[in-house]
Amino acid sequence: MGAGPVTEWLAMGGHGVYVWSAYGLSAAALAGMGVWPWLALRRARQRITDTLAPNDPVADASNDRKQPEPGQGGAA
Amino acid sequence: MGKAMEWLRRTFHRMGSPRWFFAGSRGWVLGLYLVGAALIVVGSVWGLGFAPTDRLQGDSYRILYVHVPAAHLAEAVYVAIAIAGVVHLVWRMKMADLAIAAAAPVGMTLTAAALATGYIWGIPTWGTGWVWDARTTSMLVLLFLYFGLIALRQAVPRPERAALAVSVLAIVGVVNIPVIKYSVDWFTTLHQPASIRLGERPSIDPSMLWPLAVNALGYYLFLVGVVVAALRAKIIERESKADWVRSWVQAR
Repeated sequence: MGAGPVTEWLAMGGHGVYVWSAYGLSAAALAGMGVWPWLALRRARQRITDTLAPNDPVADASNDRKQPEPGQGGAA
Repeated sequence: MGKAMEWLRRTFHRMGSPRWFFAGSRGWVLGLYLVGAALIVVGSVWGLGFAPTDRLQGDSYRILYVHVPAAHLAEAVYVAIAIAGVVHLVWRMKMADLAIAAAAPVGMTLTAAALATGYIWGIPTWGTGWVWDARTTSMLVLLFLYFGLIALRQAVPRPERAALAVSVLAIVGVVNIPVIKYSVDWFTTLHQPASIRLGERPSIDPSMLWPLAVNALGYYLFLVGVVVAALRAKIIERESKADWVRSWVQAR
């Protein structure tokens, strides 16, 4: 055999499959929880950017429509 | 009223302001993430490579270092959510509701991780992954309570109504927490009783206890960071019409 100390350590006295799968799963759960808020924040920001887009000067110029004068009614 | 009470009162009021919280929390998130992750790495390497092998369980006991912090935090997050539920109902503080929305998925993931690592640990030590005993079943109930908190919010169309319902469910569900905690003392179960109790000598050797302490602290800090980061995202979602949010988005 000639199992080195690393191989022996990885084997965990025959319980390697249980120990490593438990740690792998925990690491995945922690990483997932850690990334989730950043994705949520980015998504929320993107959604706001999309709703603000119609006020974008480039978008306004393309649809040939004048901004309503202040004080005029216009769509809600 | 001392200075401490005054500080507490002012902080409580400020915490009610999404804008104040959002502005002040950015640096905290990064710090909590980094310190928490570093402690988890140290605790796990210690637990996997340097803590001694258990006389009875062999090396499978090392699952303890990820199982116990996940299970403990799953309960602690629920207690925090129930307290936020009370704060939301009594003071009608919107931030408390946003905190519940931010913390519920974290608690659910932790509960699932505790159940899954427990299942894996059970195979070599109990001879079975799952048993319907008091500890495992009450933990499964906790998972369903977290599902409930998340699903209820999505099921009620008006956010203010949903927030009230979620707060009530959060408070009612807290009755499950003492059941989980004392299940191993009240009932005959395969699950071992607590090795660490307040005011008693732990029944676990210090050489095995230290990595657990480091990992548990790491989990605490990291997950507080996650909940704060998630709360920041919830603030931007919920306050999307506020001027300060719009100018924050445009400034980026």
